[in-house]
Formats: sequence, C-alpha cells, structure tokens
Amino acid sequence: MAEAPGTAGRTLLRPLLDENPVTLHVLGICSALAVTRTLATAFAMSAAVIVVLVGSNVTISLLRHQIPRSVRLIIQITVIASLVIVVDQFLQAFFFELSRQLSIFVGLIITNCIVLGRSESFALRRGPGLALLDGLGNGLGYALVLTLVGGVRELLGSGSLLGVEVLHLVENGGWYTPIGLMLLPPSAFFLIGFGIWALRSVRGTPAEVGALAPDSATAGERA
Amino acid sequence: MQADTSAVGHTTPRDTPLRALLVTLGVCGLCSALVTSAVLTLRPYQAAHRERDRAERIVAMVAALPGLEQAGSPVGGVTLEARVVELASGRFAAELDPGEVDVRQAEPDPAFSEPLPRERDPAGIGRRPHHVTVYLVRRSGVLRLLVLPVYGAGYASTLHGYLALDADGNTVRALEFYEHGETPGLGSEIENPDWRSLWAGKLVRDETGAIRIGVARGQSDRTAPEARFEVDGISGATRTGQGVTRLLRFWLGPDGYGPFLERMTRGGGQHDG
Repeated sequence: MAEAPGTAGRTLLRPLLDENPVTLHVLGICSALAVTRTLATAFAMSAAVIVVLVGSNVTISLLRHQIPRSVRLIIQITVIASLVIVVDQFLQAFFFELSRQLSIFVGLIITNCIVLGRSESFALRRGPGLALLDGLGNGLGYALVLTLVGGVRELLGSGSLLGVEVLHLVENGGWYTPIGLMLLPPSAFFLIGFGIWALRSVRGTPAEVGALAPDSATAGERA
Repeated sequence: MQADTSAVGHTTPRDTPLRALLVTLGVCGLCSALVTSAVLTLRPYQAAHRERDRAERIVAMVAALPGLEQAGSPVGGVTLEARVVELASGRFAAELDPGEVDVRQAEPDPAFSEPLPRERDPAGIGRRPHHVTVYLVRRSGVLRLLVLPVYGAGYASTLHGYLALDADGNTVRALEFYEHGETPGLGSEIENPDWRSLWAGKLVRDETGAIRIGVARGQSDRTAPEARFEVDGISGATRTGQGVTRLLRFWLGPDGYGPFLERMTRGGGQHDG
C-alpha cells in the first residue's frame, strides 16, 4: 500500500473530531467524569494521558517486530503501567496539589481503554512516526473533550475558570447562583451525552460497523 | 512507512514460548529500571512537599480548635512550641533541635531507634525512634494542648497523623491523619471532617488507668460505657479502624508517650525540665 499524501496529517487530526476516542468510541469516560470538576484538573489529566499515550504508542511501535503475539497484551500493559507510574511520580513531585486532587485517577490511566486501544489497534501495525502522531492526535482529542467539559462545569458550577471568578457569584455580592449539579460527576455524563448528540446531528451518525471495528481509520483506508 | 500486518494475525516462527518468555522478561527489566530511576530521582521533591504539607496541617489543626484560633501566631498570647521528647524517659531532650529530629530518618537507623519485639508492637512500626518532636500549645503561658505525632499500620499503608490532647493528657481534642494510602472512599474516610470531629472529647484512660480509646466496630453504642472512649467505625474500613485503635493505644501506652504524659500531668504541665 503506497503512502497516501496527507496520511500523517490525517493520523494526527482525525482523532480530534471525526474519530474522537471519547465521542465516537465512548472510551475513557470514567476519568472524564471524575476529573472535570475544574479546568485545572482537566488540563493535568489531559497532559498525563497525552504523555502516556504517545509514550506507549511509540514504544509498542518500536517493539512491534519483537513482541510475540501470545504475550502482546501483557507487554503492552507493562509498558503502559510503567509510563503511568512515572507520570504519577512526576506529578507528585512537581504538581503536588493537583496530584492530590487527581488522587487515584492518574493511576487509573492504566485501565483507560484509549491507551490500550490505540496501542493494540494502531501501534502494533505501524511505524513509530505514525504511532507518535496517532497517540498525540488521540490524546489531544481526549484533551479537547476534557477541556470543554471541565470548562463548562467549572464555569457553571463554581462561576470561575482556572480558579479566577468569571461570573460574579451571589455570595460575593454578584448575580450568579452556581448550579450545584455541575459539581457532581453525573453532570459530565450529561455534557458528554449532549456533545455526542450535537456532533452526530451535525456530522452524521457513524456507521455501526465502522464504530465497532478495531481501527476504523485502517479499515477505511483499506476499503 | 508501510502498513505492517505480519506482526498481528499470523503465528510466526518467532512466536515460541521461550521467545515469549525472553521478550517479556526483557521488557519487564527495562520497565523496572525506568520506574525505579524515576521514583528515586523524584523522591526528594515529593518529600519536601509532604514536609511542608505536614507543617501546614499542624498549624491548621491547632488553629481550628475552639479557643485557639490564634495559634501559630504570637497574637492573642497563643504559642506553638516544638520540643524534642525522649520516649523512654518522657523527658524533654533540650540538647536536640526539633528541626533536626526526623522520625522518618531515625526509624531505620540503629543509632536513633530500637527494634520493638512483636508483642510490644501493636502498631506494626517495627522500630521505635528514641526521640520524637512534639508540639506544646500555650495560651497566656498556660499549657493548653499537647500535639503528638502518631503513626502505625492501617489496612493498606502506614497512617501518619497528629493527636491533640488536652493538658490533662487524657482528653482527645483532635486526631488528624495527614498521610496514608488507604482505599479511596473507604479507609480514606479517616480524613473526613465529620468522622474526625467524633474524636473531640473522647477519653484515653478509664478510672483504673487502662487505655480504652479506640474505634468501635460499626456504630458505637451511645448509651454504653464505651461511648466515652470510642468513636464510630467507618463502614467498609474495619481494618483501617483497627489500625487506628492499635496505633493510638501503642503511642499513648508505656512504649509510646506514656512516660511523657505522666510527667506532664504530674507536674501540672508547668515544668518542662
């Protein structure tokens, strides 16, 4: 298969909107609910996931000719878990308060389906360059959703963005009464649900076959 | 770059059990090296954060107690004084600087700690330091509170906290755990302010001098005589609660602050010789 022009760009950009891992495959929802109460935690979590995703994709891609098929899941999880521990330790060392707020959810990146999913469906078949772009693209796609959800939740739930008061709160003599629901995890569920609904109304519903295939990008290119 | 399908989908000659074992071991070795070096490099930075957090929590804990809002600052006549105590004798060790006595460093070092035989080690700490830094809170020169560091095994981790006692040495004013690795949502509830507030007013010893303080199994019965000594257990965290009970009884007992508390209360808290 000859290299189609723009493959690199597509690998990077398609996971942002058309093949966003959260809105298309509805992966990584657990952490998206848990850490989007404020924008700051959403950013920190996004950065952690991007680092892990890029690191695991590149590592697995480099090792792809060496990894025996029978133990490939074990090896992928080992690599992912190690990267997650390093990221967690780094956050504890340099972003102590944020890491305390993120508590166990950094550790739970190990079980984030996006990371293993991209490694299994993309990095095992492609070179490190494309794997890097794929990891970056999917990480940014995840970050985009987290940022939007975190921004809306912090703005409506606390009247602030990144801790700076944007909507003048009643308790500080202003006009805005915060929506308490936005501070609770279910609100992230609603927001992501509405987001998926809006996206699919505008861009069309993806074919069920495509959505369920291990790698719809690859399937599309091969078709 | 070509799409490479040979790595997946076909059983290749390299897919032998021996090769699987070797590759797995190799990857595990590299990953362990990565994790170990990251943990060792970053540990000093994490320790500095924890230390600052610990200091802030003492001030916050003392400041939150009724009547002591000014603690931590010289305003209002309330002072927070750090002193080093020799556990075995219960005396203040005036020659030691509180800033240089570090239980974490002393614990594994034979020069600064001694091993505890299993039957005298209910808290599961293994070694007892010779010296510990405690904090005395005074108001207008009168001793009001003793803030004692305590630690011991919980369910999944070592619990580190501070116990604030009245000057009588027998009434708990507050118990706060500033570091632990207990199960989030279950054992971690020892940080819950509602649960922490249950400790205020509990008594350490009964009239016979026996240590009774602890965490009940389940709800403590408010009409039972134990209610003066026990707080409610945390549902789903029985082992954490037992750990708290054991570490409190150890640290308040003869191998912990027992001798120190006896000296402090016998002398009315005024003599710190």
